[in-house]
Amino acid sequence: MSAGDLVTSAPGREPARHSLTTRIVIYGLLTLFAFIYLIPLVVMVMTSLKPLDEVTGGNMFALPQRLTVEPWIKAWGEARIGVSDTAGINGYFFNSVKMVVPAVLISTLLGALNGFVLTKWHFPGHKIVFGMMLFACFIPFQSVIIPMAVILGGLGDIGRSLHDATGYSFGFGNPTVNLVIVHVVYGLGFTTLFFRNYYELFPTELIKAAMIDGARFFQIFRRILLPNSTPIFIVTVIYQFTNIWNDFLFGSTFAAGDQAPMTVALNNLVNTSTGVVEYNVNMAAAIIAAAPTLLVYIVGGRYFVRGLMAGAVKG
Amino acid sequence: MNALEISALRKRYGALEILKGINLTLEEGGFLVLVGPSGCGKSTLLNTIAGLDNISSGEIRIGGRSVNGLLPSKRDIAMVFQSYALYPNMSVAENITFGMEMRGIPKPERERAVADVARKLQIEHLLTRRPSQLSGGQRQRVAMGRALVRKPSVFLFDEPLSNLDAKLRVDMRVEIKRLHQTTGSTIVYVTHDQIEAMTLATKIAVLRDGELQQVGTPAEIYDEPANLFVADFMGSPAMNLIDATLIKVAGEWMVRLERKEHPPIVLPVPAGIATDRLPADGKVIFGIRPEAVNDSESIDRKAKSVMKFEATVEIVEPAGADTFVVIHVAGKELTARMRSDTSVAVGESHTFAFNLDKAVLFDPATSRRL
Repeated sequence: MSAGDLVTSAPGREPARHSLTTRIVIYGLLTLFAFIYLIPLVVMVMTSLKPLDEVTGGNMFALPQRLTVEPWIKAWGEARIGVSDTAGINGYFFNSVKMVVPAVLISTLLGALNGFVLTKWHFPGHKIVFGMMLFACFIPFQSVIIPMAVILGGLGDIGRSLHDATGYSFGFGNPTVNLVIVHVVYGLGFTTLFFRNYYELFPTELIKAAMIDGARFFQIFRRILLPNSTPIFIVTVIYQFTNIWNDFLFGSTFAAGDQAPMTVALNNLVNTSTGVVEYNVNMAAAIIAAAPTLLVYIVGGRYFVRGLMAGAVKG
Repeated sequence: MNALEISALRKRYGALEILKGINLTLEEGGFLVLVGPSGCGKSTLLNTIAGLDNISSGEIRIGGRSVNGLLPSKRDIAMVFQSYALYPNMSVAENITFGMEMRGIPKPERERAVADVARKLQIEHLLTRRPSQLSGGQRQRVAMGRALVRKPSVFLFDEPLSNLDAKLRVDMRVEIKRLHQTTGSTIVYVTHDQIEAMTLATKIAVLRDGELQQVGTPAEIYDEPANLFVADFMGSPAMNLIDATLIKVAGEWMVRLERKEHPPIVLPVPAGIATDRLPADGKVIFGIRPEAVNDSESIDRKAKSVMKFEATVEIVEPAGADTFVVIHVAGKELTARMRSDTSVAVGESHTFAFNLDKAVLFDPATSRRL
């Protein structure tokens, strides 16, 4: 892949042209900025491993005198979140997982399908449709909250009538389902853009060959297109996962109480106005909240750069 | 029976007409080559036969059955693409059987078919590999295997050799020709390479701007081009086309080629051209292939009508088997294809000869052959 070549070949011939002082300045600055970026994380990790008296009494930058995982256990399973009776953030963590996984998968698959249709299955007006989907990327979150609330309210009404009639609401009005819908709709513009740009460079002859082989629309999509979309699939999953997991606005607006996602729970934990502020517990909870996105980047980061470069540099 | 019949085929994109009423037939076992410059519509024509492009009007019949509106997979065709279009995520064997899998043919039968085709194309050792692990020639073979396994009425080839290097291209050309001869299959083949067209075809169709210029055997296309375009397009180096005038000498019509430093060449009108078809204004274009211009001693002995003339050698291009010699006649360069051991030197005068049996005349007004 040429993206990799570009990255490795450019520094390969740079050092010869730079003097020692230039290199000292460059590496010095890089080290300084790395330090600045890492300090908060280091402080968070250290604080989360200290007992509370050490946190309140001591220096923020001091190494823990006595290592303890007590704050982590408390954050995960015991801490009181806001006014709720549930103990610990674990319930909210799984709320987020239950909401993020379907939202990411559905929006990514629909984006792939849109990209396929927009590039290889041209229909009249496909450019206008794509333009409008692109426009969706620029709509601010806040502006859709009220219309979204009206729609979700309508879905809630349907759920209640279904519940009255059959004793089961089929997911209508469920806050997690609502958030999945919101994030799928909001994410579709981005996922479509990613996949459209990737499939634009996908050889059309492969589609034609599959058509001659007798494959239908969804067979072509599943057997030819998807297996050859790994890089962009991972890019889209990382992007969507990060955005949806980190979302606070929709989560706090459309899911309250026990159904709230992790980000809202973290806020409720940290912003408590009663009792002593347990910084070590707060830090542990914050790290737990950030862990999944970090993990996704570490696992898929290699593809992220590669996938973003695909299309930018003709390979 | 004709394996392929195309009648009054038109293809429009909005106001732009790509194919302007194509009529073509191909008998069973025939090898039709569609040839023309880029943008002439030859690939579009192939795509309409395959059903990958729909047509605006007209009819396409394959094996006597109208295929208008049928899906590509229902047309009883197989196609080999320019990029081979092998599915990168599948092994060679899976590539070859994908179509059968789509048609729901059971696995044992698919495996038998793969083994059969792999033996025929000598790709048995490649069956478990991915396309990315194959060389250009091997990919080409797999692409042909994928087409062969379908046993279609008509094979469609879309410039299949243009991605190969020069040597491999010649090898694969021979292989395609052998495939055609041993299996007796019907083939439609698109290329812009007129040598491929000449060597492979039993029938050539020359296209230009969506219109058929001429359909015929390679010999007909080469020796009796229908118009100036075909004459110029087919053959390398191209046919010499020289402005000439008609004059009447002793009651006979003659062709006169003006020259600056030499006396004009006056030739009899080539045999087989009726005098009443000669243009009234007396202007014609004299066409002669480079191999019909030679030394006076090495001109074809069987030639019935030979015209000798003196000319100054301008450029000598040795090309191995032949030597191309450029002279000037009537303000135009004229190339002669001569023996490699010919003794001509640049700047010297030499006696050349036209084999007039091979000469043709064109009407410059209509550009059609007389």
